[in-house]
Amino acid sequence: MTHGTQRAKEPVAVVGVGQTRHAAARRDVSLAGLVREAARRALDDAALDWADIDAVVLGKAPDFFEGVMMPELYLADALGAVGKPLLRVHTAGSVGGSTALVAADLVAARVHGTVLTLAFEKQSESNAMWGLSLPVPFQQPLLAGAGGFFAPHVRAYMRRTGAPDTVGTLVAYKDRRNALRNPYAHLHEADLTLEQVRSSPMLWDPIRYSETCPSSDGACAMVLTGRTGARRAPAPPAWVHGGAMRSEPTLFAGKDAVSPRAGRDCAADVYRQAGITDPRREIDAVEIYVPFSWYEPMWLENLGFAAEGEGWKLTESGATALDGDLPVNPSGGVLSTNPIGASGMLRFAEAALQVRGHAGDHQVPQARRALGHAYGGGSQFFAMWLVGAEPPGA
Amino acid sequence: MTASAQPAPLSAPLTVEFPFTRSLGPVQSAFLTGLRERTVLGARTAGGRVLVPPPEYDPGTAAELRELVEIAPAGTVTSWAWNPAPRRGQPLAAPFAWVLVRLDGADSGLLHALAAPGPEAVRTGARVRIRWAGRRTGAVTDIACFEPDTESDAGSAGERAGEPGADRADAPWPRPHAAAFADPVTAVTLPARLEYTHTPGRAQTRFLHALAERRILGERCPGCRKVYVPPRGACPTCGVATAEQAEVGPAGTVTTFCVVNIKAKNLDIEVPYVYAHIALDGAGLALHGRIGGIPYDEVRMGLRVEPVWTEGSRYPDHYRPTGEPDADYDTYKDLL
Repeated sequence: MTHGTQRAKEPVAVVGVGQTRHAAARRDVSLAGLVREAARRALDDAALDWADIDAVVLGKAPDFFEGVMMPELYLADALGAVGKPLLRVHTAGSVGGSTALVAADLVAARVHGTVLTLAFEKQSESNAMWGLSLPVPFQQPLLAGAGGFFAPHVRAYMRRTGAPDTVGTLVAYKDRRNALRNPYAHLHEADLTLEQVRSSPMLWDPIRYSETCPSSDGACAMVLTGRTGARRAPAPPAWVHGGAMRSEPTLFAGKDAVSPRAGRDCAADVYRQAGITDPRREIDAVEIYVPFSWYEPMWLENLGFAAEGEGWKLTESGATALDGDLPVNPSGGVLSTNPIGASGMLRFAEAALQVRGHAGDHQVPQARRALGHAYGGGSQFFAMWLVGAEPPGA
Repeated sequence: MTASAQPAPLSAPLTVEFPFTRSLGPVQSAFLTGLRERTVLGARTAGGRVLVPPPEYDPGTAAELRELVEIAPAGTVTSWAWNPAPRRGQPLAAPFAWVLVRLDGADSGLLHALAAPGPEAVRTGARVRIRWAGRRTGAVTDIACFEPDTESDAGSAGERAGEPGADRADAPWPRPHAAAFADPVTAVTLPARLEYTHTPGRAQTRFLHALAERRILGERCPGCRKVYVPPRGACPTCGVATAEQAEVGPAGTVTTFCVVNIKAKNLDIEVPYVYAHIALDGAGLALHGRIGGIPYDEVRMGLRVEPVWTEGSRYPDHYRPTGEPDADYDTYKDLL
């Protein structure tokens, strides 16, 4: 921290992390019960209770995904938010990340001392594909599903870099293996082989079935606080060293859909705040939003972990495996768990778990700095944070 | 070319409807199953208040609420508003009163409809009673509406022979209840319907009128000189209005694509088919379309294509090869 404006900010600590068991359908709980499960676990982790929370910041994907307007009001009872500031953040699939950043800013600005932030999705109560393809008059309907929207960008990446067409399957296999070490993950495919991934049906050529994310019900919550709260916390916190959001239109003349400028600028801002000059060497664990396997090498380039055209080599070399020198998605990632609104916060929370040493069987040894990343819309919204085991400036 | 005569902006209805489902969780499940059995349940808070409908969590303390008690099917109007013109999906077709009813034994108000001949027949403090629906499924609509309760208006306990709990007519409300039912309702389906009028605006209206003449008309940005198709009336990069019309195509280049192998529910297209990004000649960005007239596994980046129009279709049905040599990668790589 070199300049005065940043010294004036309250350092932000993640002192509680909670997530639900994720599944295709959590029919055992209401929406209120679902968010409660994650929030209660985050409070327990921080050894706090509802009365210790000053404000609640909540995020989820667009309303049509479950058909609840203003869920932040509907869920106020379950989140202990009655009589407190409660607000909602709304940035499509990146919303889990943006929500955490809004909460962090409230602490950094000393607006609130301790903030509960939470994101959720109960995909089983609606149909996300329907929610994304309303029959708007006069418009040409999208001729493909979500995978079909992103598959041409994957083909463009392969053409641009000359990546062999096997790289995507390596990512899918790695992330599903990592998920076996994460008890909260939705998919636990213990018997899956690389050969099965490679021979799974081609849905939107070049994207195979096993290279796509599942549809999940789940929620994630974190408790953020300042230095005073961190001193009282029962376990080491994760400290926020940098956070940023960027956006750009889904389609515009000059858009680079393979490596969007908003993503590059967002990462550069986070690294500048955190004093990172060589992300590949200085960051120990990475949780990035990879809903289709090929987005791992694509984002590795976009986020500065590899030079342009070289991301696939990092994946192919095994560097991004749990035992590699840059583990990517040790939790199993979005490819193993995808409650859309919560998926971004899960990336942020898993980064925090890594630097706290709380990631259990998917812990990266001696992780001191970790990146959480989310994107949403048609590569339209980006949100990232970098968390560390030490307080910023230490 | 400058902006030509302004055609009247188009507009059309957009109806959005979906049968959303709700997993109920333990408390709402008991409440709705209770209604099916003509039993109203509330939740008792640690502070002793009884809330109806029962929330899962105490609004005051956030504590989990699991003690359910039975509430009377009759109560007192605490506030009301006359609804002279009921809409589709509301509890009653004839004009009625929206009422807040504090059922006997409850400390909170339940919002519902009161059947009444006119607003002069409604008053705060009136005694009302649930009129149960004939066919009950475990939904809030199992309460058909409220109706005036002439019997208990005089102050009686409001019990009637044949109703659940009639054998305990002297017991005060609320009454203990196990809240355990055979075959409980665990989820409900809630159809939602929203009706909009969609107006695409002047830029898209001009584009649509040109399409009707089988011309593809974009708008050139006065700043960066790039042509937007479809036009938006503004350039998002330069932040300025776009008015200059520029016809593009009709031929273009496939910049990238995928082969779709799964049939979408809302599309009547046989799989496999090719969904492509097509940069029409002169356009600053690619638009989306289907490729036909060539086997799906022969489509490639750089393929030159042209639109194929069909009768009665607003947009080109698909694009087919022109037979020209493929475009060089360098000519379209910046459009990916």
